[in-house]
Amino acid sequence: MDYNSGFCGSDCVINRNRTLVNGYCKSPKGQNGTSKASGVSNLQTGFNHHYDLTNGHSFGPNGRALGTRSPKNAIQKRLQKNGSKKKTSLTEVQHLVPVTYDSFYKDENGKPIPRKRKPKSSVNESFEQCSLLDALYTYLCYSFLVIVGYVNDLLRPRDSTEKFRSGYTTLYASFESFYTRHVYRRVRNLWNIPVASVPGEYITLVDRVTQDNGWTFEFTGKFNECINLGSYNYLGFAENSGACSQAAILACKQNGIATCVSRLELGTAAYHHELEQLVARFVGTEDAITCGMGFATNTLNIPSILCKGCLVISDEKNHASIILGLRLSGATIRVFKHNNMISLEKRLREGIINGQPRTHLPWKKVFIVCEGVYSMEGSIARLPEIIELKKKYGAYIYLDEAHSIGAIGENGRGAVDYFGLNPSDIDILMGTFTKSFGSAGGYIAGSYELIEMLRHRSHANYYGTAMASPIARQIIASMKIIMGEDGTDDGIKRVSRLKHNSRYFRQKLMQMGFIVYGNEDSPVVPVALYMPSKITYVISEMIKRGVATVGVGFPATPLVQGRARFCISASHTKEMLDKALGIMDEIGNHIWIKGSKLPLKSTEEIVYEVSDAEEDLANEVD
Amino acid sequence: MVSLIFQAPWYHIILEVILLIWVIWLLRKKKKSESTKIVLTKDEEEEIIKAWKPQPLVEDDPSAEEPYYSSLWTTVEGRPGKYLQVEGVKYLNMATHNYLGFVDEESMIDEAESCIRKYGVGSCGPRGFYGTFDVHIKLEEAIAEFMNLEETALYSYGFATIASAIPSYAKNGDIVFADELVNFSIQKGLQASRSTIKYFKHNDCEDLERLLDEQLKQDLKNPKKAKTQKRFCVVEGIYAKTGAMCPLVGINQLCLKHKVRLFVDESISFGVLGDTGRGITEHLGVPVKDLDFISGTMEYAFASYGGFVVGSSYVVDHQRISGLGYCFSASLPPMLAGAGLHALNLIRENPSYITELQDNCRYLHKVLSKLNGFHLDGHELSPLKFISLIQSTGSRQIDHKILDSIILFVKDNYQIALTQPALLENEEYRLPPACIRLSVNRLLTKEEMESVAHALQSASLLFELYETES
Repeated sequence: MDYNSGFCGSDCVINRNRTLVNGYCKSPKGQNGTSKASGVSNLQTGFNHHYDLTNGHSFGPNGRALGTRSPKNAIQKRLQKNGSKKKTSLTEVQHLVPVTYDSFYKDENGKPIPRKRKPKSSVNESFEQCSLLDALYTYLCYSFLVIVGYVNDLLRPRDSTEKFRSGYTTLYASFESFYTRHVYRRVRNLWNIPVASVPGEYITLVDRVTQDNGWTFEFTGKFNECINLGSYNYLGFAENSGACSQAAILACKQNGIATCVSRLELGTAAYHHELEQLVARFVGTEDAITCGMGFATNTLNIPSILCKGCLVISDEKNHASIILGLRLSGATIRVFKHNNMISLEKRLREGIINGQPRTHLPWKKVFIVCEGVYSMEGSIARLPEIIELKKKYGAYIYLDEAHSIGAIGENGRGAVDYFGLNPSDIDILMGTFTKSFGSAGGYIAGSYELIEMLRHRSHANYYGTAMASPIARQIIASMKIIMGEDGTDDGIKRVSRLKHNSRYFRQKLMQMGFIVYGNEDSPVVPVALYMPSKITYVISEMIKRGVATVGVGFPATPLVQGRARFCISASHTKEMLDKALGIMDEIGNHIWIKGSKLPLKSTEEIVYEVSDAEEDLANEVD
Repeated sequence: MVSLIFQAPWYHIILEVILLIWVIWLLRKKKKSESTKIVLTKDEEEEIIKAWKPQPLVEDDPSAEEPYYSSLWTTVEGRPGKYLQVEGVKYLNMATHNYLGFVDEESMIDEAESCIRKYGVGSCGPRGFYGTFDVHIKLEEAIAEFMNLEETALYSYGFATIASAIPSYAKNGDIVFADELVNFSIQKGLQASRSTIKYFKHNDCEDLERLLDEQLKQDLKNPKKAKTQKRFCVVEGIYAKTGAMCPLVGINQLCLKHKVRLFVDESISFGVLGDTGRGITEHLGVPVKDLDFISGTMEYAFASYGGFVVGSSYVVDHQRISGLGYCFSASLPPMLAGAGLHALNLIRENPSYITELQDNCRYLHKVLSKLNGFHLDGHELSPLKFISLIQSTGSRQIDHKILDSIILFVKDNYQIALTQPALLENEEYRLPPACIRLSVNRLLTKEEMESVAHALQSASLLFELYETES
């Protein structure tokens, strides 16, 4: 298996098997050595890896060759493809390698669901490097804040000191409190904004003002209605009316709100079993176990799966809950560069060859831990390659699908579905119900033995309070809609609308010249802004003009990677997205944040696709 | 530049040259030591990789160690209030932590329903990113006001509350004194903090004093370290594993004397102890300002979900940026926050609920203490009563089996639902004896509590747990 990395440009248009069509079929073998080396040195270069699932070997295109292919050309091709499907020439068809259409998902009666489209075979992601000038400005910005902070501290005694605790050691480190007082406080008004409505496609924010530069807030009694590009409401199930919330209300009446006890002490009700079986069927595994909190699903279950003497190769951008769970498990943790397969393989080899530290005993087990969609980066894990590596080195995979379940894949069944992989190749599938299902809690799915072991050993099963009935009913109802078991096609429509919305929004932003991170299909769209002042300006201006979105800066991101993040939902309409894009465009022109240097300057209008029907037809011709 | 070299005194130049030689020597030495490292060839590496065989994901069959509770109860049907239904049979519920009987409270359901109609079910985001709802803020303010403290941080899961709160203050190198029987959530918090943990004997102030004095001696030896090292003490109001009440007055005095910060987990005692349900501080008359924070859960007495940490703004506000379970988790579903707020209002409006519950706690304690064949653990005001075999068989497994048979007997003959506390015996720091846990509900009548005692008494007769005179 070879890896080809390099600057491939950020081709915003999906190019399923385009490489084959264009005739760059196989990568020359001589290239492997060089591309490997460059991949290691480039932490966040754009990857473009083309992968064929049936034969198990990959078609690595020449990175440069792809880079030279103009995006305009790609868009034109895409438009041609949509406009007149019959133009697909015979030669192209001959070049195509047969792709499995197997679906690993089953319906209520245990029959496999036919897969309509070819699974995704390439990963198209971009992480544009911060330019030197931007980095310089950003450092300048932060250092200015710090200097002003120190001067402030010198001139004025501390505003917040502890009462009744003279003579005690200070409770938290001085830099932490310094950063909170002088940096975080200035931008505090843009976070933790109270919400007074359902976090659906629109969100009502409670207006508040500060008289003392962010120390305290007062409510003005006014409300702002904004388009919601901040909540993780991917499939639009955050609703206060409709089937799901009706099911939740009914559950409150029937089963009460609380169980008041853990699962093993008389806390297990019928809806827990129903939910677990449904989840297992949804993600395509043998069994599943649920937990009342998404964060706790990771932290309370990982320690039962891993133990001392296990090696964990963990992605550097993994969520805090995974890191905490791993730390509690006592396993040895090694980190690989974000979504970088060369780094992952290097760590795997090193780990297995050297064995445990000091004793050099062989590891008990080796785990690869990654997420489906990374919530801050907007990237999608390169699962086909990770599975390849897993098989090569005998590792196990722990996949956190918190942001990907429901949000990507033809059937909305997460990253595994997105690549059309066999779910049983992933040893431990974890996910949460907070995002796509508009509820709370999380699950772990896997083989019978694994789940049975967790039922006997999971901390959550012993000590965590069992999931509430309205929460479980909301999940069951929304999951059944996604699976189409409510008798409508509402679910699949939501999935495809989310896909089109995300692509449309991302492509538009890229066309405008913004630096957009992540995968073309990810519903998380981060836009690099770098400077804390720009982040605050963009977020406050967007809210002022009626679009609620999220800004993330240091310490949640590296210092020079501050960004605004948009979360796209299936409930957004084209008009809403256009409004947000329009505002973003104006702001971008105003404060110069359209700094993308990627060769993508197409003037053609990006098409907002309405349905998947055309694409289906196009694939049938293939 | 060149002329400067000639101007410099001769000894300076010699020194520089020696320095240069030394640097080169050092660099070469480093290279040498690196070269002694074993370098494997590609083939050797492949050989090692091939030879390595991972253990199976699930090493052993956990069902072999069949836990003691699994087969007794199947799924619960309907609302698990004062009574709960299993397989169509209605049982008196002595198992769930529904102390104030709020699961049966219709107004709680109405409140939850109206919240769903306004906010939907999920919050769809962490607190920072549009996951803060006005009802969260109202609940936080209400708890702070109720406890007469400055600020509250609301967590979305009871277990995660103190488990996240402790490591946001206690770090590597700090010292935490904790009761040896603290609940599992605290143990995980302590583990995550990576601090030095010193356990003192259960509810033993003297043992704590001994540890503190030892620490004082060490501090005198190393005053520099003592100045930067933070010290904490973690206790529970009422212990979830034993039902014992914490001697908070004594512990608080020791902590004040030794300048140790005190965290109290009131998961069980919040809404239970004190004249108005403000917990152990109210019951024992300890000033709340002496404690650094009080944590609690809304999953027990409040019959909702989530947990909270309440204390001074200086302490609690820090968690909003550094409490992992606070920052990185989706916030509590607004409907559950609404239900929690309603439960708090119910307690504030009806202080009689607390006295009714306490009367029941005392009464059940009284009737259970008369039982033959059982040992009763727990304070008389504790809503949790633990009864263990007066004569242990010596094997925990057999004790569990006997207790299981008792639960089964009581279940079948008296329609009372009991449970043993589920504990991960290999992971707990200290284990209480094998026991049956009974929880008190405000709605229980005296007759019902007597029937529970009667049922247990006949079980102990049947299983010959004590020697009768005949």
